[in-house]
Amino acid sequence: MSPQPWRMYSSQLWAILRLELKKTLLARRGFWIYLLAFAPALLFAGHSFVQLKTGRTGDIGNDTHLFAGVFQLLFLRLSIFFGCVGIFMNLFRGEVLEKSLHYYFLAPVRRQVLVAGKFLSGLLASMVIFGSSIVLQFFALYWHFDSNVRQDYFYHGHGLEHLAAYFGVTLLACVGYGGVFLAAGVLFRNPLYPAVIMLAWEAISGFVPQMLQHASVIFYLKSLCPVTVPAEILMGKGNLLSLLAVNPTPASAPSAILGLLILSLAFLVLTGRQVRRMEIDYGTE
Amino acid sequence: MSENGSGKGPERQIIFEDVSKFYGDVLGVNRVNLSIPPGITSLVGPNGSGKTTLMNLMTGLVRPTRGRISVLGIAPDQPEQLFRRVGYCTQFDSFPRGITGYQFVYSFLRLSGHRHAEAHDLAEQAIERVGLTEAAGRKVAAYSKGMRQRIKLAHSICHNPSVLVLDEPLNGLDPLIRAESIALFRGLAQAGRHLLISSHVLHEVDLISDQVVLLSNGYVVAEGQIHSVRDEIQDHPTQILIRCNKPAELASQAFQQDCVVEARIHNDGMGVLVKTRDADRFYLMLNHIAQNGINIESVAPADADVLSVYEYLVGSEESTK
Repeated sequence: MSPQPWRMYSSQLWAILRLELKKTLLARRGFWIYLLAFAPALLFAGHSFVQLKTGRTGDIGNDTHLFAGVFQLLFLRLSIFFGCVGIFMNLFRGEVLEKSLHYYFLAPVRRQVLVAGKFLSGLLASMVIFGSSIVLQFFALYWHFDSNVRQDYFYHGHGLEHLAAYFGVTLLACVGYGGVFLAAGVLFRNPLYPAVIMLAWEAISGFVPQMLQHASVIFYLKSLCPVTVPAEILMGKGNLLSLLAVNPTPASAPSAILGLLILSLAFLVLTGRQVRRMEIDYGTE
Repeated sequence: MSENGSGKGPERQIIFEDVSKFYGDVLGVNRVNLSIPPGITSLVGPNGSGKTTLMNLMTGLVRPTRGRISVLGIAPDQPEQLFRRVGYCTQFDSFPRGITGYQFVYSFLRLSGHRHAEAHDLAEQAIERVGLTEAAGRKVAAYSKGMRQRIKLAHSICHNPSVLVLDEPLNGLDPLIRAESIALFRGLAQAGRHLLISSHVLHEVDLISDQVVLLSNGYVVAEGQIHSVRDEIQDHPTQILIRCNKPAELASQAFQQDCVVEARIHNDGMGVLVKTRDADRFYLMLNHIAQNGINIESVAPADADVLSVYEYLVGSEESTK
């Protein structure tokens, strides 16, 4: 067997990915994650259908704002957030509940490699689910426009640029929330508590001092969104939901990406330390 | 000769040094000191005596509250090194979701870093050794209790470990597979491996063990070869069963010896059960008795088995739990 550690680690990572991906993507009890992920696409498909049925010619500018609002308020804050709760918190917690975590703990795998492998599998699964959803949403929303208008928006306007940006934000959201909820799955027995605490923190993060804003995932994601949500258009000024779309002091794109990666890495390191000390004690579950 | 070469160095032994484990306020094991050499070592004790805790401690599934453990010179908190040399067949009866018997073994080998072809060959060999080749492609969830036990055994031996830890490995096996498994354990022990086996079926332990560790309420009450442990127990006279053609005459003569505290005819009427405080002296006298026309067919200790020793040390109530 090869004594080179990196070669060994990569081979072990592949083995973990093979085991985990099937479990995560094809789990019957994870069906709700697909529903959550593709709900916005259904919403947009419905919108397009109504537009076509009524024969109204839509305004691409309005729909771009509509997309920005749904992306920030529904897709980021609910679909991806709770989807990542379901995917990442189950990576360790689910195995403890199923009493099968010892299978990994009895293999000659460094616990940190196990954490990395599980995180990558969760990341890949969430990227497949939410990445495909964002592409589908885009086409569902702009489907009712005349093909010339659509082509003009996609190839000569900001269409593809926005799609790429939303896709990138979606992937970064999976990285950020994935890191947080992987750690939460190791630190907490009940996923409800960390999810509610995190949801509340993300909701108020726009109004806390700037230093503290850096400790929230949504701060970085909002900074990277290509279109700002005009709160008065979507919800009316002063509406509580419209406040969620506000990002008073956005970070620049490079610092937002870097900040998010550092935040996620910090949670991964914390998870690695915790899993290294973890004991198998199914009896107390 | 170097310490390692003598076979007694830390690289050749499983060592527990003053190891204690508490689950909150509940005692798992306390102040365990053991040096386990190669061969079959059985952990004996009723449920809750600390057998599984000791096994989980030496495989790093739980951490000691106090003390130090070394398995062939490797600390249990280094799984990447430990599980190249250790295989553990646990009592946990749960498996990764949706996995087949073959995948269960094969994936473990892939996790260990083996390439596909090598992992495939090793997995097939291990599955064949436990007689599960035909069922290997079926999901473990559809296996019977005995089949699950065997696939766990295949998982623990597939990488040819030097140390095999087996927690109640014969549970759920039918008599034929039981005998085959015992033969497999003996073969592995004869090849110089460490086998640590827990069992609460004491007659099984007698069959397979080179040495025993007797546990009660988290404490090691005795350890070593069972005959040596029996010899250490002074407050219970040694029982010897003598099969002969004239049991009544033998009983009468034996009772006249001052080292004999009791001599009675065996329930089947074909021998005499003697209790003595000095077995060596009694064996010498038996030679004289045999010259007086009594034909002695066999002489065997009647209480140098694990059950008797455990009862003497811990009490019959505990041993039958």
